[in-house]
Amino acid sequence: MKISRSTAMPYIIWMIIFTVIPLILVTYFAFTDGNGTFTMANISEVKDYVAVIFRSIWLAFVATVICLIIAYPLAYVVSRASEKKQKTYLLLVMLPMWMNFLLRTYAWMTLLENTGIINRLLVMIGIGPFAMINTQGAVVLGMVYNYLPFMILPLYSNMTKIENRLIEAAQDLGAPSRKVFSEVVWPLSLPGVMTGITMVFVPAVSTFIISRMLGGGSNMMIGDLIELQFLGNAYNPNLGAAISLGLMIFILLCMSMLNQFNEEDKEGMII
Amino acid sequence: MKKVITLFLAAVMLFSCAVSAAAYDNAELFAGLDTEYYTRFKDAGISINVYNWGEYISNGEDDSLDVNKAFEELTGIEVNYTFYATNEELYAKLRAGGASYDVIIPSEYMIARMAKEGMLEEINLDNIPNFANIDPSLVDMPYDPGNKYSVPYTWGTVVLVYNTWLVSEDTDVETWGLLWNEKYKNNILMFNNPRDAYGIALKKIGFELNPENTEQIEKATLALKEQKPVVQAYVMDEIFDKMGAGEAAIAPYYAGDAITMMDENPDLAAAFPREGTNIFVDGMCIPKGAKQKEAAEMYINFMCEPEVGAANCEYIGYSTPNLASMELLDEEITSNPIAYPPVEVIENATYYELLPDELNKAMDDGWKSLLADDENFTFWLVPAILLLSVLSSISIVVRKAIRKRRQYY
Amino acid sequence: MKRHRLIKNSWVGAVMAFLYAPIVVLIVYSFNSSKSRALWTGFTLDWYKKLFTNEVILSSLMNTLIIALISTVFATIIGTLAAIGINAMRKWTQALILNITYMPIINPEIVTGVSLMLLFVFVRDRMGVPLEMGFVTMILAHITFSIPYVILNVLPKLRQMDKNIYDAALDLGCNPAMAYIKVVIPEAMPGIISGALMAFTFSLDDFIISYFVSGPNFTTLPITIYAMTRKKVSPEINALSTLLFLIVLVALVAYNVVDSRRENNKEY
Repeated sequence: MKISRSTAMPYIIWMIIFTVIPLILVTYFAFTDGNGTFTMANISEVKDYVAVIFRSIWLAFVATVICLIIAYPLAYVVSRASEKKQKTYLLLVMLPMWMNFLLRTYAWMTLLENTGIINRLLVMIGIGPFAMINTQGAVVLGMVYNYLPFMILPLYSNMTKIENRLIEAAQDLGAPSRKVFSEVVWPLSLPGVMTGITMVFVPAVSTFIISRMLGGGSNMMIGDLIELQFLGNAYNPNLGAAISLGLMIFILLCMSMLNQFNEEDKEGMII
Repeated sequence: MKKVITLFLAAVMLFSCAVSAAAYDNAELFAGLDTEYYTRFKDAGISINVYNWGEYISNGEDDSLDVNKAFEELTGIEVNYTFYATNEELYAKLRAGGASYDVIIPSEYMIARMAKEGMLEEINLDNIPNFANIDPSLVDMPYDPGNKYSVPYTWGTVVLVYNTWLVSEDTDVETWGLLWNEKYKNNILMFNNPRDAYGIALKKIGFELNPENTEQIEKATLALKEQKPVVQAYVMDEIFDKMGAGEAAIAPYYAGDAITMMDENPDLAAAFPREGTNIFVDGMCIPKGAKQKEAAEMYINFMCEPEVGAANCEYIGYSTPNLASMELLDEEITSNPIAYPPVEVIENATYYELLPDELNKAMDDGWKSLLADDENFTFWLVPAILLLSVLSSISIVVRKAIRKRRQYY
Repeated sequence: MKRHRLIKNSWVGAVMAFLYAPIVVLIVYSFNSSKSRALWTGFTLDWYKKLFTNEVILSSLMNTLIIALISTVFATIIGTLAAIGINAMRKWTQALILNITYMPIINPEIVTGVSLMLLFVFVRDRMGVPLEMGFVTMILAHITFSIPYVILNVLPKLRQMDKNIYDAALDLGCNPAMAYIKVVIPEAMPGIISGALMAFTFSLDDFIISYFVSGPNFTTLPITIYAMTRKKVSPEINALSTLLFLIVLVALVAYNVVDSRRENNKEY
């Protein structure tokens, strides 16, 4: 067995250089100033951006909830369809995901603009135009659109495991459909819900493109704030590192909280 | 798969053959140039990284001169051309390190800052004979005495661009205050970079373009925050599409780009605010650590060729600092009051100056707090989310306890 | 019951419409002769022609493929070996390594991107290694975020495997290395392939991490697209989207056809 263990060595070395050391560097930058002396200033400066942080969390939260509301019935319908239909549906859901997300987001710009297609249709039927682009609503929409497949797929793969027999048994035993849902389907689908929530929330809370393209620059999010410090209009990598560190810790906390829900069928995922 | 790729490549070739006939006659251009000078590195396999503003070079569209391609053809030096949106972004990219560039084109205040921080290489003007073409009034300016670090690329002013359809005739457009006008709520675009945005805000509240102390900056920040509700978006080059399509009514932008926009959308007009505006010079510089300094100087010299400079400025709409190019330009262009404004406007306009570090920092911080600022942000969100997380952790604990108890039975 | 089905179908229909509306718009506008997004002025194929002569787009497409291929090969090899090794480790070391392995997946991409950028700059500026942002850094970054997906796909397959097969191979005279090549790797093949496919697609599509580690002389398609959206947008971008969409459509449909045929064959 000795040999086989050593086959992991290249990876372990790789992991240390490209995963562990970079994170140590982020921490180092977060706690030093431009000259490399220790400081807490960056960490304490993060609190100035509490509005950005809460806006990010709030928008990502709303987007996640909307994704769940849209995806849950869809995943359920798909998982109950015939096998052939399931394949087609899956294909249809995955197809947009394969297109570059910048292009997808750009497409929404075309739709949402003041002189965009939706507004022109609305004007034609006599209502509007509405200011849709460069609002928080547009940002949420962009998130929902981009990350919806990430909610549908885990839900679907989880729900295919729920056997029809269970649902039928509950129905035979006289449970009304609301009860069937709350006592059988929902609890069994919970791991899928949790995976979906993570897969939507994490990229949504840290995005920096969607908010810029659809939010008009004024609806800044954590991702934008980080980008701004490294490659944007306000160079300050130490503050950027501090915000990154905070974001990372926040995500890890969220994950560990969510993982409490479905510890049964996960291994290795301790945090 | 191989077949598909071959087919694809074949299609590419076919298309490229069909369209490659460039309308601008490069051969004619080359005939007038010092071939000996330009072919020094012909077979050396050199490439240079040019980092410029977006939409800031003639690129062969609409039968214009493709500057980079012509340079490659003439000299055999490959040009890797990438672009940034703001001076500050350029600064960050250079400071962040990692990538090396050979030619960059910052504005005067950024040239001064970079020179002060040792980020620029001294240019050997002997290698740039065409420097003689540059307008003497734009040479040896305070931002770069003796032009040690920069050769002027273009100059221009900041103007207010507005849509005559959307802005009513009785509106006073010759004031920065227009950008604060409630009547055009959500129809106003604003600069997405701190220096230009602060310049305008400072002027609007009655200070000079260059802040003198942090209090002025704080006041300007307040003015910008006050403006935020009427602003639809903070933009840089996205402005072309937005103003072109009538997405917004009013925006401040660089005169050269304003001319380009007005060409594309005849409803647009431009005005000089009477409070005085910003006048700028963008200069070609070589950053510290450039790998191909001489090739970079050759590129700069090529840009200063009378024909190249003229063709370039004709396409991008900015004003040329090159007197020889100026002579080649159409009367129609050189008499355009937006590109070459009357003396009163120039006299009333100010250059951005190099600010002391503390003011730069104050401006950066103010800018970030402006973008971070949220009019809808209500403080109840903080306790609400905290409460939510506490509740969910409690529910987890309870669930766990219940499950444990179940195991006992 | 009928009403039920109507509700179901309309829900599915509405979601699909939501997913496809923007794409349809892009496709339609790719044939619009006007440059502006606001008006339809007539049918044209000009943007496709322009796209195929746009050297920047073509070269970045090539770069994207090169990066994806190279990083997938490396990530698959390193990841598969790692999975074999991890599988043989004691429980707590396994847990430790897996937790670190999950980091690039759980971590927001922007944090991974920033951390790698800091690493590369650090190596260059403080250690004097002449590492330029560009091809090399991009490959390193892509391998880094791809390996975990390979490991996560291979590991379950190894765990499912009957350990006796490996022992049997040893008994039959294989040395351990041979036993791995002959027995274990083929067993884990489905996991290796799906891991490699995942790595490949993630690499093709990655923008955020690449954005922080790219340099001026090597850009990938997502970075070029981003740059295009930041200035005057040319309808070439619509043409590009349409083509990408068609390629993906064809690839996915072909894959599904082949897949279902294979399954049909199995049945007979």
